[in-house]
Amino acid sequence: MIRFILTKLGLLIPTFLGVTLVAFSFIRMLPGDPVELLAGERGVSPERHAELMATLGFDKPLWEQYFSFLVGILHGDLGTSFSSKQPVLEEFFVRFPATIELATCAIIFAALIGLPAGIVAAVKRGSAFDHTLMGISLTGYSMPIFWWGLLLIILFSSPDMLNLTPVSGRISALFWVDTQTGFMLIDSLLSDEKGAFKSAAAHLVLPTIVLGTIPMAIIARQTRSAMLEILGEDYVRTAKAKGLSPFRIVGIHALRNALITVITVIGLQVGVLLAGAILTETIFSWPGIGKWMIDSISRRDYFAVQGGIVLIASIVMLVNLLVDFMYGLINPRILHRRS
Amino acid sequence: MSQVQNTLDQNETPQTEAPKPISPFRQQMREFWFYFSENKGAVAGLFFFLFVVLVAVFADVIAPHSPIEQYRDFILIPPAWQEGGNAEFLLGTDPVGRDLLSRLMHGARFSLYAGCIVIVISLSIGVMLGLSAGFFRGMYETIVMRVMDVILSIPSLLMALVLVAILGPGLRNAMIAISITYLPHYVRLARASAVAESARDYVTASRVAGAGTWRLMCITILPNCMAPLIVQASLSFSTAILDTAALGFLGMGAQPPASEWGTMLAEAREFILSAWWVVTFPGVAILLTVLSINLMGDGLRDALDPKMKRS
Amino acid sequence: MSLLEIRNLSVEFETAHGLFRAVDSVDLEIDQGEMAAIVGESGSGKSVSMLALMGLLPWTARITADRMNFDGQDLLTISQKERRKIIGKDISMIFQEPMTSLNPCFTVGYQIMEVIKEHLGGTKKELEARAVELLGLVGIPAPESRLRAFPHQMSGGMNQRVMIAMMIACNPRLLIADEPTTALDVTIQAQILELLQDLQHKRGMALVLITHDMGVVAETAEVVNVQYAGQQVERQNVVDLFARPQHPYTHALLSALPERATGKRLPSIPGVVPGLLDRPTGCLFNPRCQFATDKCRSTPPALHSKVLCHYPLVDGKPTNNHPGVSSQGSSGQEALGGNV
Repeated sequence: MIRFILTKLGLLIPTFLGVTLVAFSFIRMLPGDPVELLAGERGVSPERHAELMATLGFDKPLWEQYFSFLVGILHGDLGTSFSSKQPVLEEFFVRFPATIELATCAIIFAALIGLPAGIVAAVKRGSAFDHTLMGISLTGYSMPIFWWGLLLIILFSSPDMLNLTPVSGRISALFWVDTQTGFMLIDSLLSDEKGAFKSAAAHLVLPTIVLGTIPMAIIARQTRSAMLEILGEDYVRTAKAKGLSPFRIVGIHALRNALITVITVIGLQVGVLLAGAILTETIFSWPGIGKWMIDSISRRDYFAVQGGIVLIASIVMLVNLLVDFMYGLINPRILHRRS
Repeated sequence: MSQVQNTLDQNETPQTEAPKPISPFRQQMREFWFYFSENKGAVAGLFFFLFVVLVAVFADVIAPHSPIEQYRDFILIPPAWQEGGNAEFLLGTDPVGRDLLSRLMHGARFSLYAGCIVIVISLSIGVMLGLSAGFFRGMYETIVMRVMDVILSIPSLLMALVLVAILGPGLRNAMIAISITYLPHYVRLARASAVAESARDYVTASRVAGAGTWRLMCITILPNCMAPLIVQASLSFSTAILDTAALGFLGMGAQPPASEWGTMLAEAREFILSAWWVVTFPGVAILLTVLSINLMGDGLRDALDPKMKRS
Repeated sequence: MSLLEIRNLSVEFETAHGLFRAVDSVDLEIDQGEMAAIVGESGSGKSVSMLALMGLLPWTARITADRMNFDGQDLLTISQKERRKIIGKDISMIFQEPMTSLNPCFTVGYQIMEVIKEHLGGTKKELEARAVELLGLVGIPAPESRLRAFPHQMSGGMNQRVMIAMMIACNPRLLIADEPTTALDVTIQAQILELLQDLQHKRGMALVLITHDMGVVAETAEVVNVQYAGQQVERQNVVDLFARPQHPYTHALLSALPERATGKRLPSIPGVVPGLLDRPTGCLFNPRCQFATDKCRSTPPALHSKVLCHYPLVDGKPTNNHPGVSSQGSSGQEALGGNV
């Protein structure tokens, strides 16, 4: 098992180097002069221009720039954001909890609905419930989530309609909550403000639904097809021959095997979630890394984009590694491969 | 292995039954249609998709108005059936007085066009890279596959956004960017098939018979891994439409005044609480088009995947 | 009263091409401690009839019977919930494929303890002790350490022993073994059969053995049911069956045993069991029967003293006024490869 992990980790090193190279070269390909962008509309004198190029390292040969970029990464230094003059790493981690909070809620929402729905659809294969559910899940899978978000805002937040949920942000401006963990749900619970938690939760509802829709559809479909295959296996017949209850047969014997596939599928949704977070965070003005990346790209904030790509790709890679690890843990056939 | 065997059998049976008057191709098509038409949703999807294609092709003829003409006296007119609606503008008008229905009809062109181009680019380049990687193996294969890993580890929309930032916003660059993010799926599929197939006897046989590399790759191996590629293509056709619209929505895709559906949504965003129709209809158009393609894709998979076939 | 009594059991499946009768009016009666065998080629509905008894058939199956009693309980009218109390406890069944019949995600110990807990209950400690005892009983070395093994870590023979341990865990009164040795090596086959016989003797349970192997039948069973294309064609005790087969199918099956072959070539029965689309009229065996007459081809036979044939054999010759005993009989014998 340890060797399994180490092999996977070893495979990640070239991919990680590739990501840094891609991020590095992307930024050098962006049109426009970095120093002029940095200086803004005031312009800059030629001497000052040269001086800035030197401090930022843009005058050195490309390979030297890349090398110092790599060394910087190893020291936890991803450069300084042009727009905020803060270290990129710090900028990232200020916003990261907001995205994790949203993504976690979304994946829990997706699994809580998608998993049981897929199981029931498989057990009642061919029924009206099965057909309806698969129709809904294909619709969810086809959903343009940026529009879905707008539609939900019209339905739930419009004063003419239900007027239930807030439109944007993480918490109402009436509350002042100290940042302790960065997770608004936890911070609002820790704070003394009354109603802060309720407000934070209300702000989460729509973004969670929007971001969770596509993963939910994928989980429901994959769970259904995995369960359908497994319910026809010999060991399910054995479980029936043991006189076990249908609940035990489906919920323990079949589900345990289906989870091997389904957990992998859930894990692979991280990329989808992060891409979806860009849109969701934009629609709901959610101060997470997705919105930060969009803003940085439109501000041409070189180092922020460069660092952001490296960090986001690293997260995706790490989560995929974790999924591999989980796959080994829940699948006994891999866990004991040596014996 | 047995699955591959099945594919072979399925492909070859019609040919061995050649004495029948119908050509093998037509018989294959007939068999395909038999399995495809069993899936009611797929047939419905196909018909709706054909409808969208027709609308896109004849948009100039059937659209009641020009998609860019601004009727300044008719700004934000609600749909005809609502109070204050005007029969002239069936689905209402947008904030500068353009007819929504006409814009939607012309918008179908952008989406279908983008979907097609993205598939053509990513499918052809991806299959070429994947086949050659699976065929030549060695260092070349390692490099290709690592590069694909890199692309896969950056979320597709982020990758597309940065690429568009480099290339400059616009529909053409958006399509190129999206194509690149789809490459890995095709490369992986094509490589896996090439590796599996090139170990098989019939490939060895044609190699021994003196078939050249190009012939082996494209004529011997490629047809035998078409089924998963076609299914993947139908999947990425729908995601390409979604991603093009998403880039348009973020202001990085087709630029105004183009009536691309995502771009229309972006322009309409600020009227979300006052004029529901400008926000609702472009989204409905995207959703229905993508849904119809996905329904078709499900039917395609049922018809092409021998594992799903009932004997 | 017998332990198990089945009268006129039929099972039909709904298929795309219409109704398929996989089991056609089958009877079975077995007493406590008795050992019966059901014999037939693949596709003769042997397993299906027993799966119907266990309630393991998919919902597309339509089961009808005049009587299906186990230990005084009517299995036809019993609720699912009550059936589950019997299945796995008083009646249990082992299957053909030991490698796929055990759940790959749970340890052997868990799967054995689960069934005991379901039907008899007990503390974790008791369950574990019982599981170890059972594994020892079926001849698995070092049972304590095997408790934590997964099915894929063991051989097919070992897995079949685990399966047996699991299915005798609640001291069943009837054990059904569905071709328990087919998927195993020849040497292991003998061991498993011996184990089953041994367990049957020691525990006094009734055993129904489904097999296509006449050799296995000769060694183990007391009563034999021969099934063909879903129908029960002959029913006799084992000694009489081997000495005096009455149905041409039984006769042909016995002639196909290597030990009984006299010519140079091993005799075989030409053709295959009819499926859904090639059902013959009259007697279902007539296309493959060496004694078939026009009557056989037109009229389905009725049960003649436990034999489903118009012309039951006596000493390998058809009786009951068979039109061509002398001429057809001898030429047919040659086709099968010699006299019995």
